[in-house]
Amino acid sequence: MTIASLIDSRSELTDTSSNKSAIVLMTRIRLARNLAGLPFPGWARPQDRERILEQCRTAVAAAPAMKRAWVLGVEELGELEKRILVERHLISRELSGSKQGGGVVISRDQAFSVMINEEDHLRIQVLRSGFQLKKAWTTINDLDSILEEQLDFAFSSKLGYLTACPTNLGTAMRASAMMHLPALVISNQMEKVVRAVNQLGMVVRGLFGEGSDASGSIFQISNQTTLGESEEDIIKRLSSVLQSIVEHELNARARLLEADSGKLFDKIGRAFGILQNGHVLTSSEAMNLLSLIRLGIDLGVFTDTHRSMVDRLFIEAQPGHLQHAQKGEIEPNQRDVLRATRLRSEFANFARPDFTLPLHRNN
Amino acid sequence: MANPLKCDLCAKPATVHLTQIVNNKVHKVDLCEECAQAKGVTDPSGFSLADLLLKASNNPEPAPVSAVRCEQCGFTPADFKKQGRFGCPACYDAFKGMLEPMLDGMHKGVIHAGKVPQKALERKTLYDRLTQLEVDLSEAVKSERYEDAARCRDEINQVKQAVTRKPTR
Repeated sequence: MTIASLIDSRSELTDTSSNKSAIVLMTRIRLARNLAGLPFPGWARPQDRERILEQCRTAVAAAPAMKRAWVLGVEELGELEKRILVERHLISRELSGSKQGGGVVISRDQAFSVMINEEDHLRIQVLRSGFQLKKAWTTINDLDSILEEQLDFAFSSKLGYLTACPTNLGTAMRASAMMHLPALVISNQMEKVVRAVNQLGMVVRGLFGEGSDASGSIFQISNQTTLGESEEDIIKRLSSVLQSIVEHELNARARLLEADSGKLFDKIGRAFGILQNGHVLTSSEAMNLLSLIRLGIDLGVFTDTHRSMVDRLFIEAQPGHLQHAQKGEIEPNQRDVLRATRLRSEFANFARPDFTLPLHRNN
Repeated sequence: MANPLKCDLCAKPATVHLTQIVNNKVHKVDLCEECAQAKGVTDPSGFSLADLLLKASNNPEPAPVSAVRCEQCGFTPADFKKQGRFGCPACYDAFKGMLEPMLDGMHKGVIHAGKVPQKALERKTLYDRLTQLEVDLSEAVKSERYEDAARCRDEINQVKQAVTRKPTR
């Protein structure tokens, strides 16, 4: 397997969570870039795509941030490997289904990934656990400036970076945060939040981007527009929206505890029972149960030491990762049995919940 | 207008001006009022410019026809309709007219306010200067202005050095 070493390595996403990432699980910024004078990937002939891949791959792999990086061609990857990379947010679904000439370069810590010949020639991405938009911008800005020394990017002083789709013109930047919002979901406030966020020029999507559902109460919030505003201003605006969503979630949690803590504890307790004893779990059910355990950790029902295990399981309970652990493709219903077995063993040594703990807010 | 357009069919002053896009080609027709009436132009539902153009093909001065196609990559507006994506960076120039109304309301503004690829732009400026200097040099040599030629050569060397200089970080 080409990416076996990648799957087994520690990664930014699966190994660095702390109580600082309680509500904002992770932040991500991506920049779209294209080479001047060459057709965009969707319109390029196969030989152009190969040329673009070669040119970009060489420049990207030479960047200091990409020391000992994984340099992968999409065609060399098996279906399962592509699925795992999608589940880790290192490649998009679009790239995983791409034709000739698709590629990706992934840094050792799996914080940077640069997709080649996706919708644009380059999709430069950085992932950071927790709420770290500013830091993410500084690091991706540096990588972009280094690439610019080698590559002539298509740019117009009026329209900014030229992208295949006019909705990405200008900064060509999409900054996003993955947020865990169980209390807003339980108290049926998500629809209201989505509407308000839209009005502020931001978009809400599910965990795996466009068209994905929001199982596990995990949502992706990102900027909608890219032209007419600087990167810093977009990030400032997004940060303040995220901040206010965090406050709403915390208020919703406080209200749930105040109004009917028994009902909330019942949900958390049942989730724990099923994870310890269930025998058939779909990935969507597993996500929802893990989400309640995570809420329990935030509320002090479970100890904080379990946090990184739960965050890791969010990724590892996904179909691709599960099948990889089993070393081969498995039918969906067998997968559900396997997932339950895996979770039973993970939760066997989980400290029992303590519902009597003073329920102070730890974030 | 100092020189009013003439009717494509009878050479009287044209008062009806029409533009249609048929098969990705822009067709423009200018007609006088009587011809417009006669051809049914005033009734948009029953009017096809293509028919009119075909019938008027023996006219000594055919309506101007310009291809709507990106010269660099061959992309057409029909392709954009199908894909929602452009063909190459040069399409943004080729389809400027189509883009502007589209951008209106799509973003916060219509003018870029963010990062500029400074290094890449400097590099482009230097290359453009180099090209210009090489043209100047060969012209100077041709017209035996040897002092100018020497000056060009010196500057070319300077620009070349700047291009190859290691980028500083």
